[in-house]
Amino acid sequence: MNVKLLTREQRHTIATGIFGFVLLLVLMQLWLLMATMNAFLAQAYAIVWPAAFASIACLFLNLGLFRYLRDLDRQAETLESQTDDSGTGGI
Amino acid sequence: MTMEPVNKTQPLSVRTRWRDDFPIDDAWYRYLSRREFTKFLLLISGAFATGQVWIGFLKERRKADRSVEPEIRIARVSEIPVGAAREFFYPTAHERCLLIRLSEERFVAYSDKCTHLMCPVVPQVEEGRLFCPCHKGVFEIEHGRPVQGPPNRPLARINLEIRGDMIFATGMEYPQA
Repeated sequence: MNVKLLTREQRHTIATGIFGFVLLLVLMQLWLLMATMNAFLAQAYAIVWPAAFASIACLFLNLGLFRYLRDLDRQAETLESQTDDSGTGGI
Repeated sequence: MTMEPVNKTQPLSVRTRWRDDFPIDDAWYRYLSRREFTKFLLLISGAFATGQVWIGFLKERRKADRSVEPEIRIARVSEIPVGAAREFFYPTAHERCLLIRLSEERFVAYSDKCTHLMCPVVPQVEEGRLFCPCHKGVFEIEHGRPVQGPPNRPLARINLEIRGDMIFATGMEYPQA
């Protein structure tokens, strides 16, 4: 997606969507942690490592999403600094 | 960064006066707070993933510790009347267990930690149950299975061996629900 064509409102919408998705993944990780702890206390060890790998996958997804958001902001700021004071550029 | 313009052509009754003095770009600051919160969520995510990996290491350590279960002497058969219960510690000095004589030949032993929130259970042998006073959980005495209340896993069972007049604890089992 060409950042130059994104308006500020569009960027805000993308940021809100990313925030919602990250929140969802974090809630999933919380549930995974509680379920794993419950199973560990019951001496049911089969799910411990699969749950750990799933949680790490969620963490990497979150990192990727946040990195995308940060790059979006950086590109927009770079383009903003290149536009004139008239406010044109649609950033 | 563009600032939201203050429309001074609007009458004062329509716009609030403070916006003339503090022309803050609300949308921009809301955006920044969402981004900061997302960063915070990333930290939380990292903490959860670390917790999961830590549980994995605890599991490996516990398996190594319990690969050899100790054998300890609990009591003499003659010391425990029928319908009585005795406290002992197994496999470590910190883990309290209960030895219960159900009949002349039948002995059972369980960990006294309720499987709900680890409160110590109280043996009620005449009623055939082990009772957890914290949340009114009940386990049947024959097999340690939960029959009432919030617990949903059986009590950890201690394996017993009777040699002559002596009762020995030889291992621990964790039956699944």
